[in-house]
Amino acid sequence: MPQIEIDVNGAHHSVPVEPRLLLVHLLRDKLELTGTHVGCDTSSCGACTVLLNGESVKSCTMFAVQADGSAVITIEGIGASDALHPMQEAFWKMHGLQCGYCTPGMIVSAVDLLRRNPDPSDDEIRAGIEGNLCRCTGYENIIRAVRSAAAALRNDESRHSVAELLPVGGSN
Amino acid sequence: MAFTTMVGAKIKRREDPRLITGRATYVDDVHLVGGLHAAFVRSPYAHAKIVSVDFKEAKAKPGVFAAYSAADLKAAGFEGSMPTAAELPGLQKPMHPPLALNEARFVGEAVAIVIANDPYAARDAAEAVVVTYEELPVVIDMEKAAEGGPFVHSEIGTNVAYEMPMKLGEVDEAFANADLVVKQRIVNQRVVPCPMEVRTMLANWEPGPAQLTLWASTQIPHLLRTNVAMMLGLNETKVRVIAPEVGGGFGAKLQFYAEEFLVCWAAMQLGRPVKYIETRSECFQNMTHGRDQVQYVELAAKKDGTVLGLRMKIFSNLGAYNYMLTPAIATFTPMMAPGCYKIPALESHLIGVFTNTVATDAYRGAGRPEATFLIERMMDLLAAELQMDPVDVRRKNFIAESEFPYPIVTGLTYDSGNYEASLAKVLEVSDYAGLRAKQAELRKEGRYLGIGLSTYVEVCGMGPSAAMPAPGWDSATIRVEPTGSVTVMTGVSPHGQGQETTFAQIVADDLGVPIDSINIIHGDTDKVQYGVGTFGSRGTAVGGAALKLAIRTIQEKAIKIAAHQWEANPDDLEYKDGKITVKGDPSKSLTTAEAGFIAFRGINLPAGLEPGLDATRRFEPPNFVYPFGAHICVVEVDARTGEVKIVKYVAVDDCGPIINPLIVEGQIHGGLAQGIAQALFEEAVYDESGQLTSGSFMDYAIPHAEQLLSFETDHTATPTDVNPLGIKGVGEAGTIGSTPAVVNAVMDALAPFGVKHIDMPLRPEKLWAAMQPKKNGQVHA
Repeated sequence: MPQIEIDVNGAHHSVPVEPRLLLVHLLRDKLELTGTHVGCDTSSCGACTVLLNGESVKSCTMFAVQADGSAVITIEGIGASDALHPMQEAFWKMHGLQCGYCTPGMIVSAVDLLRRNPDPSDDEIRAGIEGNLCRCTGYENIIRAVRSAAAALRNDESRHSVAELLPVGGSN
Repeated sequence: MAFTTMVGAKIKRREDPRLITGRATYVDDVHLVGGLHAAFVRSPYAHAKIVSVDFKEAKAKPGVFAAYSAADLKAAGFEGSMPTAAELPGLQKPMHPPLALNEARFVGEAVAIVIANDPYAARDAAEAVVVTYEELPVVIDMEKAAEGGPFVHSEIGTNVAYEMPMKLGEVDEAFANADLVVKQRIVNQRVVPCPMEVRTMLANWEPGPAQLTLWASTQIPHLLRTNVAMMLGLNETKVRVIAPEVGGGFGAKLQFYAEEFLVCWAAMQLGRPVKYIETRSECFQNMTHGRDQVQYVELAAKKDGTVLGLRMKIFSNLGAYNYMLTPAIATFTPMMAPGCYKIPALESHLIGVFTNTVATDAYRGAGRPEATFLIERMMDLLAAELQMDPVDVRRKNFIAESEFPYPIVTGLTYDSGNYEASLAKVLEVSDYAGLRAKQAELRKEGRYLGIGLSTYVEVCGMGPSAAMPAPGWDSATIRVEPTGSVTVMTGVSPHGQGQETTFAQIVADDLGVPIDSINIIHGDTDKVQYGVGTFGSRGTAVGGAALKLAIRTIQEKAIKIAAHQWEANPDDLEYKDGKITVKGDPSKSLTTAEAGFIAFRGINLPAGLEPGLDATRRFEPPNFVYPFGAHICVVEVDARTGEVKIVKYVAVDDCGPIINPLIVEGQIHGGLAQGIAQALFEEAVYDESGQLTSGSFMDYAIPHAEQLLSFETDHTATPTDVNPLGIKGVGEAGTIGSTPAVVNAVMDALAPFGVKHIDMPLRPEKLWAAMQPKKNGQVHA
């Protein structure tokens, strides 16, 4: 069984994996980071979105072996309840979630969207999260949340980009 | 005026911190030591005889623990059928075995279960099971199925599961005296609920205490427990069902699925935990679908727009088996077909039909969207026929505010309403007159703007027990703890609806307890007294009402305790601003926490009063509640492509007084999205051989953010006297109101082309074809 080296939320792991193991199952079942969800089997829903070397990817669409040598940030690494990321704050404040199942992937995608475009229009937000499905909210409050987080991040000099979330030396 | 700080306020949800940080626990996040994983072998045919099931190769695979077919269940002494709760006169109840026995009757039906030590291994093994099938004739079209064979269940010799005829008022006279009769065949297409979390379940059998625990993604933990216990022949107290975080349900988890029984049964056979997490593809094929009716409708009216009578023949596609509420869902359609209007006569013939498809059952609105769509389309067709404004034809027939409670012709009694108020508001907010002017202007430029109106009323807050296939009451327990914090156990089972917040808001105000000291517990049958669950927009209208009763009981006891401390008469005391005080003298007060501590300590209690400050109450609704509203949708249809763009959507809804505007608005938003999606995008399609061709998110169009727009919402607030909160449900209203508003808008846009009706979903190719010039007098629709 191949051995992979992977940084997840700043912690280094050296794990033997079946070649066919999906990255999402490595995260959920081997590393016990269950915040990343699986919502489909066609790479359509985005519930499994994580940051791989700072960019959003659907972790159900990658094999764990493809992430060898990479740095991954999951929702658990975006922020905890005593230190919420502005995007998490915004989803809470704007009621951007109901059942919460799509939320981790949605937040991670939105964080990546703001990395690429710190001041998106509503249409750009809609386009930016088109890879993530939500069945509860009609997206209305998600759009409001991303807009609100964008404003908060722009006004917060100390947190310009998500790059700061990446573990030191973890990015390659 | 009542002391209020929380109720009515936009409180951020208390359930969110765990959900936004990935620290919530859904079923698949529960890992038990020694846990095994199930995979299913499913029928690739819509109707086939099962000749043989060969596990030899599968059982030889690494990590495989067991494999079972229907024959193995039988050999182990199990021969039961999955239950249905629906009771209708003459209902056919063919056997529904948890694993297909002799015959499979829809694509995806479970034929065998395989259990291994790893989900990948289980899937490998399932693929190695060799099943020999003999194909049988398939019936997919519900109207053809109603006429005769081939039969889904040959043993009953018919595909008609039930017929529900009704003839109310002077229907024949109404049609004989009508100036005009508008007729339309309406297809309310089959749709797929698609909660983002699929069906997930984990069963653990502990042989020592002989205790079964089932973690399930369900809306009805207690009803599921009762059914699991009955199916397994277990003492009900030996079964615990836990609904942890549930990733959406929309009615499709108001169910007892065969897989839920099978993981429990397998866990008991093996003495090991068994988990099953289906794939999305399996979910499409096996989770119950919604809607799926063909309606033949006739509306009789006078020249001035007054409706005299309504006639309907409705086919309801039940799918292959009666699931929990399958046959009951469509019965709401004729019952609610009169909508907001005074319709004095109605004739309906409802026919429930079996086909070789997965069962239909509750899906957000469940029978009422079909009713609202039917009547709201007919009102627009009538308006078009009479060249009246759709607003005027509705006003002509509205039930007036002064006429409530209003008994409609089908026997239901609408509790309260003010349809004119919500209509007036939506016309004002949307600037209806301005929209019509703009429409006329744009038409001159060859642009096709359409304005669609829907004025809906729906029945929810399910419901009076006598009118329900399951108990209609719900329950709440409140426990004031020695430190003054308050534990609430609710019998409803929220999964996104936010009652951990709204219920805490109510308790905080009424008992004067800080909201952070209140814990709302739900979804665990070992923690919570029996409750019926979350569906039919009943969580707050019924579960919240039970909570209100429990609060009153707590208050009464706390007042007795305070009166004893002050040597006062309890009748002279009251709860004011969350504290007990002497009426008219706020100088002396006792908090709920103080009364709770006295009750806990057991000293200084009035003679005969038991220690402890807690209460369990149940609320039995004397009637359903009837929320209503008015929606306006504005679309532009591109005549070159047939593409629909929604340019404006205004929803004015009335669910009575609002506990948390943030949450109510969120429910409306989500409802609108699902209703709009049925109008424009979604359709479950089975081909003639019974293959579900729309079986993944690649083929089935639940909306992305880019396909929707920003909604404008507003409300009116008409209280009900059905429950002590005065509130009505809001979970399904958006879905019910929106679908006809969108279709009416598109038909309005296409009016210049002579188009009157196109069945949903209104995909560009259908609209484009309908807009092509007429040839030989035929519209290409």
